Amino acid sequence: MIKVKDISKKFGDKIVLDGIDAEFEQGKTNLIIGSSGTGKSVLLKCIVGLINPDEGRVFYDLRNFTEADKEMRSEIRREIGMLFQGGALFDSKNVEQNVMFPLDVLTKMPLSEKQDRANLCLKRVGLENSNKKAVSEISGGMKKRVGIARAIVNNPNYLFCDEPNSGLDPQTSILIDELIHEITHELNITTIVVTHDMNSVIGIGENVIFLHKGHKLWEGNNADITHSGVAELDDFVFANKVMSQMRDR
Amino acid sequence: MSGFGRYVMFIGSLFVRRETFATYYKLVLEECIQIGVNSAFLFILVSSFIGAVTTVQTAFNMVSPLIPRFVISQVVREMTVLELAPTVMALIYAGKIGSSMAGGIGTMRITEQIDALEVMGINSSSYLVLPKIIASMMMYPMLVIISGVCSLIGGYLVGTLIHIVTPTEYVAGLRFAFNQQEIFVAIVKALVFAFIISSVSSFKGYYTKGGALEVGIATTEAVTTSVIAILIADYFIVDLIL
Repeated sequence: MIKVKDISKKFGDKIVLDGIDAEFEQGKTNLIIGSSGTGKSVLLKCIVGLINPDEGRVFYDLRNFTEADKEMRSEIRREIGMLFQGGALFDSKNVEQNVMFPLDVLTKMPLSEKQDRANLCLKRVGLENSNKKAVSEISGGMKKRVGIARAIVNNPNYLFCDEPNSGLDPQTSILIDELIHEITHELNITTIVVTHDMNSVIGIGENVIFLHKGHKLWEGNNADITHSGVAELDDFVFANKVMSQMRDR
Repeated sequence: MSGFGRYVMFIGSLFVRRETFATYYKLVLEECIQIGVNSAFLFILVSSFIGAVTTVQTAFNMVSPLIPRFVISQVVREMTVLELAPTVMALIYAGKIGSSMAGGIGTMRITEQIDALEVMGINSSSYLVLPKIIASMMMYPMLVIISGVCSLIGGYLVGTLIHIVTPTEYVAGLRFAFNQQEIFVAIVKALVFAFIISSVSSFKGYYTKGGALEVGIATTEAVTTSVIAILIADYFIVDLIL
């Protein structure tokens, strides 16, 4: 479980996050949603420590991450897998080398074991025959899948996904969502997904947090989101034509 | 000054939370190939031509019949060992290797590859930059030695082919009043310049913010700052050692 307590962040005079409190449960797909510029990605980066919050604390299973020393942070981070918006794959390495990378650097596994583990993860994301392909040769959807394979190769306890559907067609988006959801349940990990895709919210949102102008305005699940009674959330949810038609019916 | 302070802190960050020796060993070897082997041809070409041109121009300026011809190769030697091989080549090295380091690391920054390393619990600056600095300090002195030799050979070939000097005069000039300390100065310069170029370029790339345009700006700044730092360091090394 990940607990976020009173997180605030300012860039210059602009308040990006203002006193965010949240709990992200283990074994559930937790979603952070909101319009562009509401601070979703900043919150995610505060949680993983890529940005230091001005105030507040982040706890990973009761371990205070924000106030931890560098060694402790490093230790917690080795339990983290993260899928970045653009994939963040290493251009100089092929697909298999990218997936094996965390094992290369963080473990002392023999090569054959690392390859087996990488193959297993690539198979899990449906890319069993792409080991030797260069990153530049694969599509956006494949990059996301390789990113997921790399994120789970070291058996993480926490999985973070920053806009996993951005730039993908609707079908591939659904595949990626389902993959993240299945992996969360299979490995019983704490997953946090940042998204503004309503299909993802309806499809996999077991615990959803809605951010608006740096504030948490609503928390619930995908079943409740259409009748939240929060005007800002309704504007966000029903901006989608399909959702709007559903409501009108 | 704040930029310099940030640079010092960046250098300090390279030595904390390091990875295993085996990881660095592999990375250093890869960088040595990238930096040394792939740059050797350019260095050989440039230094050979500069040696040849220096020979011709020195001969052109020596109009007095009272000056012996072997002085030509002596001048070429002094130029080569003290300035051409370590310093002029460092400017070329900054353009080729420094820009590539800044561009590569800058691109990794804007495509979140550095964030990916950090999230994995890896000290990204140490993992990416330390091998480049070590490889650079290993390979650049070798490139300087190769450049020096090629420059002297270039001068010899052109000088003897167009009958500016005889082979005997050229070799005599190379040996005449040779001070071995000059080699030491050249190697010290090479080590210092290699450190400056690799660290400054990596620093500029590492703190790139924005997109492709900013990577270009970081690359330009890396070369400009490296060149200025090389010229200042060159003066101080000569002033202190010679």
